[in-house]
Amino acid sequence: MTAKKSANPRLLSKVATGIHGFDEISRGGLPLNRTSLVVGGPGTGKTVFALQTLVNAARQGRQPGIFVAFEEGTRAIFANAATFGWNLPALAKSALFFLDARLSPTVVQSGEFELSGMLAILEAKKRELGAAWIVFDGIDVLLALLQNPVAEIREIHCLRDWLAHADLTAIITAKMEGDTASPANYGFMQFMADCVIRLERRLEQGIALRRLEITKYRGSDFSPGEFPLSFGPQGIEVAAPGSAVTSQRASLERVSSGFGGLDSMLGGGVFRGTTTLITGAPGTSKTTLVGKFAESACRRGERTLFVSFDEGGERIRRNLTSVGIHLDGYAKSGLLRMYSGRTDAINPEEHLIRIAALLLEHQPRCMVIDPLSALAKSGAISSARAVGNRLIYQVRDHHITAFITSLVEGDDPQAEATQMQISTIADTWIHLSYLVRGGERNRALTIVKSRGTRHSNQVRELVLSAAGPALTEVYSSGGEVLMGTLRWEKEAEERARSLERQADFTQKRRELRFAEADIAARIAALQVDLDRARGELARYSSDDDAQRASSSERKSEALKMRGSDGAAAAVPSKRRGARVSAKSRKHNGDQAPRRGS
Amino acid sequence: MARKRTKAGPAGAPVTTVVVMRLYIAGTAPNSVKAIANLHAICGRYLKDGYKLEIIDVCEHPRRALADGVLVTPSLAKVSPAPTSNVIGNLSDTGSVLAALGLPAGAIE
Repeated sequence: MTAKKSANPRLLSKVATGIHGFDEISRGGLPLNRTSLVVGGPGTGKTVFALQTLVNAARQGRQPGIFVAFEEGTRAIFANAATFGWNLPALAKSALFFLDARLSPTVVQSGEFELSGMLAILEAKKRELGAAWIVFDGIDVLLALLQNPVAEIREIHCLRDWLAHADLTAIITAKMEGDTASPANYGFMQFMADCVIRLERRLEQGIALRRLEITKYRGSDFSPGEFPLSFGPQGIEVAAPGSAVTSQRASLERVSSGFGGLDSMLGGGVFRGTTTLITGAPGTSKTTLVGKFAESACRRGERTLFVSFDEGGERIRRNLTSVGIHLDGYAKSGLLRMYSGRTDAINPEEHLIRIAALLLEHQPRCMVIDPLSALAKSGAISSARAVGNRLIYQVRDHHITAFITSLVEGDDPQAEATQMQISTIADTWIHLSYLVRGGERNRALTIVKSRGTRHSNQVRELVLSAAGPALTEVYSSGGEVLMGTLRWEKEAEERARSLERQADFTQKRRELRFAEADIAARIAALQVDLDRARGELARYSSDDDAQRASSSERKSEALKMRGSDGAAAAVPSKRRGARVSAKSRKHNGDQAPRRGS
Repeated sequence: MARKRTKAGPAGAPVTTVVVMRLYIAGTAPNSVKAIANLHAICGRYLKDGYKLEIIDVCEHPRRALADGVLVTPSLAKVSPAPTSNVIGNLSDTGSVLAALGLPAGAIE
């Protein structure tokens, strides 16, 4: 084995592991034809990580691989992997070769040994199989047998030289417990690997948390920091954050909340793909509200996911039936999927990963989480918060319309801000509270915020009945909000008052009608007078014309008389003219304008 | 390196049993070379002619090694008489090799 290729630096290309989340944080997977080192304590998932990568390569990439096990026997590996549905025995017949490289406990050691023989064997197997991948699982076990740090480094060198020319993408796993007992050769192993992945398992308030960190990636960018890791149904899943830039579609489509009353308060419902947070003390009907939303989503034929914590799906459906919300049929038809998680059993990270898997599997359009605050019950609040945030971002990335409940103690909705801190990222925030007054406890609903929507500022009362929940207006009088019986009394009072008012109105209307008729009659009488006066006036105006004509006649008569001609004809006109002249003289001043009328 | 075969001594020798061994080596790797030398010395001294040794170079016969379940080199396998045993390493520790070969304690001087 000579270094004939080392002078030729190859461009780094990557090969996907198919491990959910890991390919994202490593920006594409492991370095192709190079060596990656996976270190971590016992039970951190080193073997699963390596095996899963191999299985994915064999299944998806049709690339054969070799698995060299120094720690566990082939049968034990098959048994451990049986939970993941990889069907290893079938793969072992075709694409994967498992080499049980454990040394029998009866083997006697006498002096130093070397790995070159094993590498020669693997080289032959690689050619035979056409393998593209190789895993050395638990190399620390083998190296420990060398009992000599110098020999260890020598053999690691030998391994590295072989790998450098083998054209294999290699994963080497090694036990490393905590930060204290790191093997002497660890630093050197790190040096030989192009990518180093550290796995860790630690307890946080009694809950086991697994973490994955890429500590080194030669020639490549990667997401720094620790990422939660958990075992899902298909193996390891790494909770990688979504892309740093949020690019969510902003839909203008309104989705009904399930209540006509609430929809109208929200200006027609919530926007498609938004997140609605419902906060409230225990028993404020948070579940009823989200149940109604789930029911209406199913009724529209939309796939729905109902995530509940610490309460089984069947119990939730039964309880909701009592308030007229029927989900059983949808659950049976498969339109509604229910996931019920116990928060004391597994940590928030694992719930998140399981929910994420369900999102991909069920492809829901609407989703309910009830209550998200339950995540904070196990483990540390900071991790619960991080999980809650990531969950909401994931739901949004899928453009799912979600209703999420969160339990807050006390009446102040702002308490949420100090607990799960979901309210800051929720698009709509509805708070449910109790109002105790007049010996009653009534539920009140307030919209604290609703982005992009002109929403009602009014407090409404949530009334539960067998027919289903409903929202009713509340009475606010003198700065007080009235609910329940007080509201009922107020309503009755209001009704009586309204009847009274109506009677008043009728009376007043009648009076006014009389007055109107009276005035109309008077107007009619006056009109008659007016007509009469006009008629008379018209008559007098025509007399005036006649009189004027006769007066000119008279003048000419007088002239005649003075001139003593036509005296006989003037007699009758003179008699008539005399009578008119008395009147005409009286109107002398305004004779001219009157003629025109 | 090809197979080497050292046959047992002439019949009628006082050796009651013949020890059959296989030594797996990796070419001319330092420990493999050492192991051959060490084993020859042990055999010459304690087994005289009452042994049968097969030396297998895994670089040339990797399938054979795989079939025999050998990974680490050098590796010595005692095939017969029962019980079988395995020794890994360059066989520099003579005592442990003799013990593994099941040689009577009296054989060790």
